[in-house]
Amino acid sequence: MSDKIYMTPNPATPNKGQRFDAILCNGCNACVEVCPTDVMMPHPEKEKPPIVLYPEECWFCGACIEECGTGALSMAHPLSQNISVNWQRKETGAYYRLGMKNPPPPNRRPPSGGKR
Amino acid sequence: MTTWNEYAEQRGTLPEWPYPVQYDKESEIAADVLIIGGGVAGSHAAISAARLGAKVVIAETGHLKRSGSGGSGVDHWHGACKNPCSKVTPLDYTQAVMESAHGYSNGMARYITCSEGWDTLLECEEIGVQIRDVHDEFKGAEFRDDETKLMFAYDYTNRHIMRVWGYNLKQCLYYEMKRLGVEMYNRTVVTSLLTEGGRQGGRVVGATGVNMRTGEFYVFRSKATIIASGGGGRLYSFAPELTASSSMSTMNSAGTGHAVGWDAGAEFVLMEQTGPGRLSGFGYAPYSMGNTHNTYHGTSIVDANGKEVPWFDPFGRELKTVEQRFLPNGEQRFQLGAGIGLGTYAEEYRSSDLARDLPERIRKGEFQLPLYADLTRLSEMERRCIWGMMIGNEGKSRIPIYDTLTKAGFDPDKDMLQAPVMVPEAYQHSNFWGGTPIPHLRSLAGGGFLVDWDLRTSLEGLYAAGTSPVFGAGCHGESHTMGRYAARKAAAYAKACAEPVVDRQQVAAEKARAYRPIKQNKNGAGWKELNYAIARVMQDYCGKYKNLRTLNRGLSLLKELKENEGAAAYAANPHELGRMLECFSLITLGEMVMHASLERKCSSAYLDFYRLDYPQMDPPEWEKHLPMRQEDGRVAVRELPLDFHLKAPYAPSYEENYERHAH
Repeated sequence: MSDKIYMTPNPATPNKGQRFDAILCNGCNACVEVCPTDVMMPHPEKEKPPIVLYPEECWFCGACIEECGTGALSMAHPLSQNISVNWQRKETGAYYRLGMKNPPPPNRRPPSGGKR
Repeated sequence: MTTWNEYAEQRGTLPEWPYPVQYDKESEIAADVLIIGGGVAGSHAAISAARLGAKVVIAETGHLKRSGSGGSGVDHWHGACKNPCSKVTPLDYTQAVMESAHGYSNGMARYITCSEGWDTLLECEEIGVQIRDVHDEFKGAEFRDDETKLMFAYDYTNRHIMRVWGYNLKQCLYYEMKRLGVEMYNRTVVTSLLTEGGRQGGRVVGATGVNMRTGEFYVFRSKATIIASGGGGRLYSFAPELTASSSMSTMNSAGTGHAVGWDAGAEFVLMEQTGPGRLSGFGYAPYSMGNTHNTYHGTSIVDANGKEVPWFDPFGRELKTVEQRFLPNGEQRFQLGAGIGLGTYAEEYRSSDLARDLPERIRKGEFQLPLYADLTRLSEMERRCIWGMMIGNEGKSRIPIYDTLTKAGFDPDKDMLQAPVMVPEAYQHSNFWGGTPIPHLRSLAGGGFLVDWDLRTSLEGLYAAGTSPVFGAGCHGESHTMGRYAARKAAAYAKACAEPVVDRQQVAAEKARAYRPIKQNKNGAGWKELNYAIARVMQDYCGKYKNLRTLNRGLSLLKELKENEGAAAYAANPHELGRMLECFSLITLGEMVMHASLERKCSSAYLDFYRLDYPQMDPPEWEKHLPMRQEDGRVAVRELPLDFHLKAPYAPSYEENYERHAH
């Protein structure tokens, strides 16, 4: 990686609506193809994860993730919204939130409807 | 490496536009039926027309597989009055809606959609949408019919609102369109309607569009055209860096269909009706916070000490049991359920809700913030149905909410989901994730094309379908059904009509207008700057409160935005061009709202409409529609009784009109 410091605009906001795992992503651009608002653009090089060019146009529907066959893609609502998603365990009174350090173990129950 | 900044920093160069740019390249596409907007209404219209043998072309701003406000799923379907378990007739339902809206709704669209909504849903089942509890997950539940395995929402006695597993519904529509050979134009922003001889008010013979990836120009020539586009989500509240995820409509929702219809001379009603901009305001991610509205209807709400907020029926009687939240109470025959495009509900049809004086009780300290949604207080079946079936199938809830929260450890059997902490007044409405309503943020609430019993607009060859383009029309299921119905009428018209002839001068003028933003001096404003300015003008001059002067001033400012900053605005690539063209549509949409607001010289509680210069609320002489259109570029207004759909030239009853027109 270059050590040079460039003049760049501020990071686009929200910062990380879509996150790609560069190892899992095969650059198929299926997510790019279906995104309702064209948030992502194909990478100039083959097999590289797409470039998130217009993050502020994302409406967080999850289409890109549903379309992804590799599991490389995850999403997060803007931090200003995720910071608000809190819950409390009734029995213990413990507080949790989305994005916390040391989160509780995942609940693995699939949604109703079975496999499609 | 996934962001533009990372790419630029690591490479020291900028990535080139990834698609071939073909500005000015023109393609002409012929159709029997052209559909503008490929959400659920447009997609269902395409299927319906193609099954009747029409050559169908559909133009969509996003990608048809997953686009549209209903494109990411649905968990319940209203007005399925003809399902085998329903105890509500289409007439009961329509009259309840019209009474609730005090006549300011669309009796035709309501009657059509609740007469055919069940058939539409069966069509969805045939193409792969689960509408029954086929895995017997909810066997024996009060909201399930064990014989048909159908499941119901809101009113478990009357069973006209279905719970459905619609999370993949848009993909099912997409593959069916493909199978039927529907010609699809994704990434296409429609910029105008083409009319016979280029004349405003003439027969509609097609449309123009620009591709948002390549910049290519399309001329669609069509025998019949259906507008099935979205509303104007970006008109009043535009702050995408903050709020896209709290929005119920995508960035593509720019009122394009309204705008091109208005310019073509079509007639509109109820454009003056707006509601609180709650859903597209500065709220929280949809369904991500504790609440008890809509998809969460019936969820118990407790305060910070675990004290439960009581429920009341619409007549002010406290409910004794959880079960009563899902049943009609006292003299109620049935409940309509929420989220059907109504600003007001008559008590006879309104659902039970949290104590209406909850804000006051919070202020006095009776309930301490934060509040929580406590699903553990519901039966196991109900809990699993709300969290797992409905949250999991409703739009934007499968990945963003169900998957995200369960992976993060949320367990509805053990945990209470916190409601947002807000000013006490904000708890008046039980959809807490909408956040504190901001008075100057409004959303369009029912205005659209004036249609007839064929869902035809006032222009020959132009039909409308969907809850945004058609005035006063409902929600998700209704959009499908209107699409299905309008397409039958459009296909029949296309079979009989004369060959459409496109006016070349009209095309040339439109092409010049559409490409202006790429040919500008680069000092011009960008589309976002322009959009922010449009939203500001709407908020300030046509907010909840307005008068003659603010509206006239607002109209002048919109005109200036169009002729000065808008005319000089710059777009760097086809994407920005598409967004800019949508902004031009937004300006037109704003003008329509302001013109309509000027014409209604009274205030109205039913329309949530407040004229400071005409403060009298709902005077009887103003209880009427004010259809407006453009004629030679000037606004022309007439009057129409609220029950015009049951007056000459129509028959006096819903049943008779439907029988005459539906087939």
